[in-house]
Amino acid sequence: MFKKIMERSRIKSPWLVHYDCGSCNGCDIETLACLTPLYDVERFGVLNIGNPKHADVLIVTGSVNTRNRHVLEQIHRQMPSPKIVIAVGSCGLSGGIFKEAYNVVGGVDRVIPVDVYVPGCPARPEAIIDGVVEGLSVLADKQRRPDAANGAVAVDHTNSEILYESR
Amino acid sequence: MSNTILPFGPQHPVLPEPIHLSLTVEDEVVRQAVPALGYVHRGLEMLTRKKDFHQMIQVVERVCGICSMMHAMCYCRGIETLMDIEVPRRAQFLRVIWSELHRIHSHLLWLGLYADSFGFESVFMQFWKIRERIMDINEATAGNRVIVSVNRVGGVRRDLSPSQCWWIGEQLDEVETELKAIESTMLDNYTVKKRTVGKGVLTKEDAWELGAAGPTLRGSGIARDMRELKYEALDELEFEPVVETGGDAYARGAVRFKETLQSIDLVRRAMARLPGGETAAKVKGKPEGETALRVEQPRGECMYYIKADGSRFLDRLRIRTPTFANIPPLTAMLPGIELADVPVVVLSIDPCISCTER
Repeated sequence: MFKKIMERSRIKSPWLVHYDCGSCNGCDIETLACLTPLYDVERFGVLNIGNPKHADVLIVTGSVNTRNRHVLEQIHRQMPSPKIVIAVGSCGLSGGIFKEAYNVVGGVDRVIPVDVYVPGCPARPEAIIDGVVEGLSVLADKQRRPDAANGAVAVDHTNSEILYESR
Repeated sequence: MSNTILPFGPQHPVLPEPIHLSLTVEDEVVRQAVPALGYVHRGLEMLTRKKDFHQMIQVVERVCGICSMMHAMCYCRGIETLMDIEVPRRAQFLRVIWSELHRIHSHLLWLGLYADSFGFESVFMQFWKIRERIMDINEATAGNRVIVSVNRVGGVRRDLSPSQCWWIGEQLDEVETELKAIESTMLDNYTVKKRTVGKGVLTKEDAWELGAAGPTLRGSGIARDMRELKYEALDELEFEPVVETGGDAYARGAVRFKETLQSIDLVRRAMARLPGGETAAKVKGKPEGETALRVEQPRGECMYYIKADGSRFLDRLRIRTPTFANIPPLTAMLPGIELADVPVVVLSIDPCISCTER
């Protein structure tokens, strides 16, 4: 009974935590713009919180560098399962324009498994909202198959090759 | 009670960006603050070896998404100085219009985050609602909401039609009316004053000695605005730097609020005097020599040093950003304030970490 309520409300009202990995702020302010009156995702029950221990969805913007990859890994580890990761913006996908810079490791999927990729430089708020909605189906899938939630089975959206390379 | 060291950041609810502060606290009062940087460092300046001087415009725009227009403008002015290119007058006016629009959107964004830092969420929402009008203007005129990418060496890529100017004017009137409606909430409200007046005081002498820049400096009573250098079309548009004498978080907020209104006025005047003609000059050859120049960003003075050796790739690019200048004043502000006021004081300098670390 309790588990059913939990499963239902997790999809109906996902809580998300946002971490800026090394982005130029463009995607961050667009992620924040999703919360403000014009887009207002809170009316759908999506809540932005600061604590990764309460979150179901991790939104990462920007490319990963050698210093913040540990922070990103830690935040991902602190989140309870099932959880999904959404990489936002060209830099989060591949490193983008900074790919050749010396301190850039690459996209988010070089460090943690990513479920949904939202392209754009910066990604538009509509695209980010669409990414979260897309991610919820992955979250529902992970709930049904706990193995997938633990990362043992890579879901369709994940680039499994890169995922296992990083481990 | 003995001292405790508390970590603040890099991932923190009020911080949109990662900065780490080690706060030494004694009974909830901060005694010392040591910043640790490097979470957003990408190594942009080294990209000059891999991207040519035209491509670098797109790279410097991404030093910071919020003030991307100013970065590209400063960089292009540097290259134009090296190549002796005369920028058409219309392009200079258009650059002023887009840069002031960026200042308005940056200040509104900051005013919202600042209100959020002391828990005034409805004002946060109001400011961001007003800001969406500016984002609409950016999108309608340049095709992108945040990174407008209008600059090129020799001028601007895009033009404004008279009907667009009229529409922008109409939108700005709306922005001004809406801003005036919440002016008293931001500047005269008892609760807001309780949380901001007297917090993070930076005296006039300290601000000067520690090298503060932008609204942080002007909030401490020093009238220093790089727009007084009269770059681009600013020689035709007179304005007075906004100065407050309090030196606390409240004064810095008031400076930014008044600057927003001032920028709206500047955009209006620039559009009224917009001359006809070309929007970009022809570019031939490659840059050679070295130059250093400054522009006023929403956060303060930004300096570019460019050295070129006549090849496609620049020899050296050095960017000094306003938040970099404002971190020493921040560490001077924090000792003596209560832990609950740390977010307010940290945000009061308008930290842009991705500018600082590049």
